[in-house]
Amino acid sequence: MKKQSTDHNWLKGLKKHLPAITTVFGLLVMWQLIVSVFNIPTYIAPSPVQVAMVFVEKGDILWINFLPTFFEALSGFILGNSVAVFLAICFVHNRLAERAFYPIAVFINTIPIIAIAPILVLILGNGYAPKIVIAALICFFPTLVNMVRGLNAVSPQMLDLMHVLSATKPEILLKIRIQSSLPFLFAALKIASTTSVIGAIVGEWIGSNYGLGALIIEATYNFRSPMLYATVITGASLAVIGFTLTSIAEHHFIKWKSGSVS
Amino acid sequence: MESGIIPAISVDGLSVRFGELSNRITALENVTFNVPEGSFITMVGPSGCGKSTLLKAIADLVAYDEGTIKVFGRSPEEARLARDFSFVFQESTLLPWRTAIENIILPLEVGSHSGNVESHAEPQDLLELVGLAGRGEALPNELSGGMQQRVSIARALVCRPRVLLMDEPFGALDEITRDKLNQELLRIWKETGTTIVFVTHSVPEAAYLGQKCLVLSRNPGRVLEFPVIEYSTPRKPAIRDTFEFVQVTSKLRSLLECADQA
Repeated sequence: MKKQSTDHNWLKGLKKHLPAITTVFGLLVMWQLIVSVFNIPTYIAPSPVQVAMVFVEKGDILWINFLPTFFEALSGFILGNSVAVFLAICFVHNRLAERAFYPIAVFINTIPIIAIAPILVLILGNGYAPKIVIAALICFFPTLVNMVRGLNAVSPQMLDLMHVLSATKPEILLKIRIQSSLPFLFAALKIASTTSVIGAIVGEWIGSNYGLGALIIEATYNFRSPMLYATVITGASLAVIGFTLTSIAEHHFIKWKSGSVS
Repeated sequence: MESGIIPAISVDGLSVRFGELSNRITALENVTFNVPEGSFITMVGPSGCGKSTLLKAIADLVAYDEGTIKVFGRSPEEARLARDFSFVFQESTLLPWRTAIENIILPLEVGSHSGNVESHAEPQDLLELVGLAGRGEALPNELSGGMQQRVSIARALVCRPRVLLMDEPFGALDEITRDKLNQELLRIWKETGTTIVFVTHSVPEAAYLGQKCLVLSRNPGRVLEFPVIEYSTPRKPAIRDTFEFVQVTSKLRSLLECADQA
């Protein structure tokens, strides 16, 4: 019974996603037709075929510029989320720390990332550092807020039980709070997996001669629209990969939530 | 042995108040009673009479203002640190990411008892004791409400406590499951020899389980009466249909009606 269902899983998946796949394909065909029929110049809107040709002919340029952006987004993702998780743990155990730093965190979050980016480039120079920090900043706040909520999502009765067992605060953190916070943490990490890519690209816009962000600027100024479209698709793919990997990790770590139907 | 002289629990002139000085609410006033070692005591009272508060004061979960509580001659805090008592809550308070067995051994992993595995009960034996042999690898959400509560009883027994404090443990269960668990609890009580204090809002449950029943009044909570409950036949489910049992429950009910008017 179970084996049969796994055999048919991919077929079922295909059936489920068939409307979406058909729609995307239809839109691409329509786009191609409009560009050809109305003779739209390539620099205004390239056809899907022209964009696809960029991937074939200039795949190496895309790849060379993809790697730094990937590195910055990943580093920023790790940095921003680690600091957020650490701060959340401090906040839960120390009300004074929460009152001292939470308003600052909120303030930093209210500054548009586009506005901080030039400041960070001035301070940190033209290398990887400002891009990583921008990517980290953009991840930081949602994770902090969710993690504080998650660590506090423990029922009062559970805390009473731990008190009766004379458990220490580190024991409560390790045995209960961390696991209770995982669903909240992964909700934030899924957001962060896509926004960290945005952060890295924005950082590259401000001052860089490498990365997908720099390629977008370069292609725009030179009216190389097919390259611009291909770069955008590459950046989006990076975000989708990050999101997918985070979702896989979520299913791996939170089996107990999905197991409720049995 | 001293155990014959020192009661398992002795409460003397206990008063508990809540709130600010301007509008203090007296939850319990001048409560005095003893629980002999090895006995099964039930507590009933109208809702809001402070029966849960009383149990929590014994368990060092609520601070008290006047009087004394002794658990085997020790203060609640000392008794808690020595793991003299365990607490079973209305909710099963199981960790959803841990299997039944892993939940049962939680008390051995935290608090002053962590590492002291000498005196604990064998988790598999406990699983059998509560009638869940073979279900040790199940996650809580794979178990019914009644089974979850059985696991939490097994967890409460793992440190071989001398006193088991139970706060409406079967309050959220359906009547059939509750009757069955009442029967099992009596068997567990006889097999382990643990002293049990059992809070309930169900009069038949109090009459069926308790050797003595502490009846509390409301506003403020006072001990109304502490009658001994005896039957000429052993406590089996069929006893609920006997005239003897009805006499006991109607007596308790009339006491509770007085309590509500007071």
